[in-house]
Amino acid sequence: MGLFSAITAKIKGGLAKTREVFVSGLKSLLLGRKLDEATIAEIRRRLIEADVGVKTTDRFVAHIQEQFRAGRIDKGDQVLEYLKGELRSMWPPEDRELRFAPAGEKPTVILVTGVNGAGKTTSISKLAKLLQSRGNKVMLGACDTFRAGAVRQLEIWGERLGIDVVKGQQGGDPAAVAFDACQAAKSRGVDVLILDTAGRLQTQDPLMRQLTKIRSVVSKQIPGGPHEVLIVLDATAGQNALRQAEEFDRAIAGASGNQPKPADALGVTGIFLAKLDGTAKGGIVVAIKEATKIPVKFIGVGETPDDVQPFEPEKFVDALFEE
Amino acid sequence: MLDRLTDSFNGLFRKLSGNATLTEKNVRDAIDEVKTNLLDADVHLDVVNAFTAAVLQDALGKDVTKSLKPGEEMIGIVHARLVQFLGGTPDQADPRAALQSTADQTIMKVSPGPTIIMMCGLQGSGKTTTCGKLAALLKKRGRSVMLAAADLQRPAAVEQLHTVANQVEKDFPGGSQVHFYGEPDKVAEYGKAVGIAVQVCQRALAAARAKGVDVLILDTAGRLHVNDELMGELTQVKRLLNPHHIFLVVDAMTGQDALNSAKSFHEKLDIDGVILTKFDSDTRGGAAMSVKHVTGAPIKFVGVGEKLDALEDFHPTRFAGRILGMGDVVALVEKAQEQVNEDEAKKLEEKLAKGELTMDDFLSQLKMLRRMGPLKQLFSLLPGVGSMLKDVQIEDKQLDKVEAMIGSMNKAERKKPDIIDNSRRKRIASGAGVEQNDVGQMVKQFGLVSKLSKGMAGMSAAQKSAAARELGSGGMGGMIPGLKGLPGFGSKGSSFSASPKAKFKKRKK
Ligand SMILES: Nc1nc2c(ncn2[C@@H]2O[C@H](COP(=O)(O)OP(=O)(O)O)[C@@H](O)[C@H]2O)c(=O)[nH]1
Ligand SMILES: [Mg+2]
Repeated sequence: MGLFSAITAKIKGGLAKTREVFVSGLKSLLLGRKLDEATIAEIRRRLIEADVGVKTTDRFVAHIQEQFRAGRIDKGDQVLEYLKGELRSMWPPEDRELRFAPAGEKPTVILVTGVNGAGKTTSISKLAKLLQSRGNKVMLGACDTFRAGAVRQLEIWGERLGIDVVKGQQGGDPAAVAFDACQAAKSRGVDVLILDTAGRLQTQDPLMRQLTKIRSVVSKQIPGGPHEVLIVLDATAGQNALRQAEEFDRAIAGASGNQPKPADALGVTGIFLAKLDGTAKGGIVVAIKEATKIPVKFIGVGETPDDVQPFEPEKFVDALFEE
Repeated sequence: MLDRLTDSFNGLFRKLSGNATLTEKNVRDAIDEVKTNLLDADVHLDVVNAFTAAVLQDALGKDVTKSLKPGEEMIGIVHARLVQFLGGTPDQADPRAALQSTADQTIMKVSPGPTIIMMCGLQGSGKTTTCGKLAALLKKRGRSVMLAAADLQRPAAVEQLHTVANQVEKDFPGGSQVHFYGEPDKVAEYGKAVGIAVQVCQRALAAARAKGVDVLILDTAGRLHVNDELMGELTQVKRLLNPHHIFLVVDAMTGQDALNSAKSFHEKLDIDGVILTKFDSDTRGGAAMSVKHVTGAPIKFVGVGEKLDALEDFHPTRFAGRILGMGDVVALVEKAQEQVNEDEAKKLEEKLAKGELTMDDFLSQLKMLRRMGPLKQLFSLLPGVGSMLKDVQIEDKQLDKVEAMIGSMNKAERKKPDIIDNSRRKRIASGAGVEQNDVGQMVKQFGLVSKLSKGMAGMSAAQKSAAARELGSGGMGGMIPGLKGLPGFGSKGSSFSASPKAKFKKRKK
């Protein structure tokens, strides 16, 4: 626990501000209020507006309604406690920790994936800075050889943070860059290698297969790697993000066509939920957790490398009800 | 794409046509069920409520319960309301009007130039790529463009736009020039470039005037609608440059909140319209159905791929048709028109009439078809086909096989496929990495097609389609494994015995 307790003071300041807003939003709806059918309907509306999805929302709401009608709960506070409890047990702390290579077997490899514009490259700069501040030697691999300016974007972050970036040719084979990056990371004694990839839509079969290839190149170079495969999701994403998580998970695991994901294959290991600093709530991660077991590990709350926080279910629930 | 919406409406229609005695309660229940599906498709909550209420009102008003064909009546009602929610009026239904590209109306011509377009939107919505797509569209229409990089914030954004501008200039059709304007030295770290972007825009306008370009497109940094400082930057650009058009770029995969932010952009900037991006994903189309109602601004274009020519006009009526599984034949014709060169088409027709079709002609037709987009996307535009294709995997890969087979034929074989005997077949098969049987089938199908086309020259359209039906497997589709069994693409009586997909799998092992 407390893996990232060393969050910078700046973020703490920012957080305090947002928390006030959360609480005031909540207060008006639930805290200290008597529960009634109208409030329950309002809870449903807020959950749906937060992109939690109808199925999951209705499961929560049905339970609340049942408890309320049976006379077991009658206060808004109790609803809040119930929801917090549900979500807390959904994401136990150990689920939210980054996975590292066993001692003596460095480097740890983190493969970062997601659809176009989700926030992959920016989120990588955040992870890099976080890991660096904890004393790790970090290296970046620019496997987005497709989008114009993508390599340069990562390089600029590397320069600003003083981190080496391994790159290949624009338009070249991303798996080859992954190979070079793994080699370089081993020979330079790097602790953590983070690989950036091109954005792709889960419907683009050939590109999804390319992801499988990158994964297996890494596995061959670094036994046990990639140790962490993150999918970056945009907090504004709707129900489609569930499909994104499922399809990226299958691609990483090497399932092709309509095959299900092989049971014990490595898939996506965590979500980096970006752009939570806007008004979008990212509620879809609840449905994703239910359907795929993929936990949220970090949240992005701005555009600079400092704007990252570990994911905390309690705060997330608070934010769901923020107006 | 749009499956979920299509399914949910089809379910509604089926339910209503199946009921022996239809009661008001039946209708209410059926419409209630649609609600859940719409929410699942990311239709905005307010829109779900407004839409279903409107449909219910129409249904009860027209008294569908008394109608002889309540299912069909309901289709009419839902279609009309969809068109309205998508921002259209019923009189836009004329397909000929729809065939005309709206690009020229959408992007006005002004004198003196340039027409100024400001792009804006949330981070990562696809602004820069869309700038390139608009430039490609305008270039095709003979209008010169300058792309100006006003995103000084995201690292390498200026370079990205520069590359995109070069690509359009170099690789895309059209006579006019595409320029780039950027000041890479003004790029600053987050929050430090605010205000400078405004000046860059002003200098870009001066440069555009000096060069006499027709259209200036400003690519601005992504921003949150709640960031007052950055929103202020956009209002300043608006005040100082007075853009003729402001387009908001919205990701089609967005959920409930993005529409609130779109609304906020509209309130602050009075946008002309929305461009929906990433529509080639399996988005269920909720954003498309909600934009107009929530923000008040219409959708103008949709982006359907990463390539810079993957931008389509948005027509509410046609789009409603797609949602209801009625297809969008007009879009298909449009795509074909873009690829076909009149002269070539004429020549081909003459060849067809004389029965002189060669494998080379077929190959170039195939290539043209592929330039129109992924097959599944094309087929989904055919009426009634979209829903059938939901679980079918159409792999463009299978067309690679056909191309490979023709590729390993020599000149003589391409001209007269009749000469392909056993030994030639063997050589072609091994050259293309397929089985001899595949080559045989393809040549046979080709023979049928060319015979058919010879016979069809001079027939009326009705006769043609009757002949095609009679021929069954003889359509071009029959030549392409994986397309069999689709209407118009070869029928069940095809000479392929095993399912082509199964065969393909076997071979891979
Ligand atoms: N407000 C905000 N913007 C973000 C966040 N993460 C990324 N972005 C922005 O989203 C845009 C796309 O990010 P990028 O990292 O290039 O996405 P990629 O295409 O997935 O690599 C950029 O403008 C980023 O600054 C975040 O947490 N909050
Ligand atoms: Mg990137």
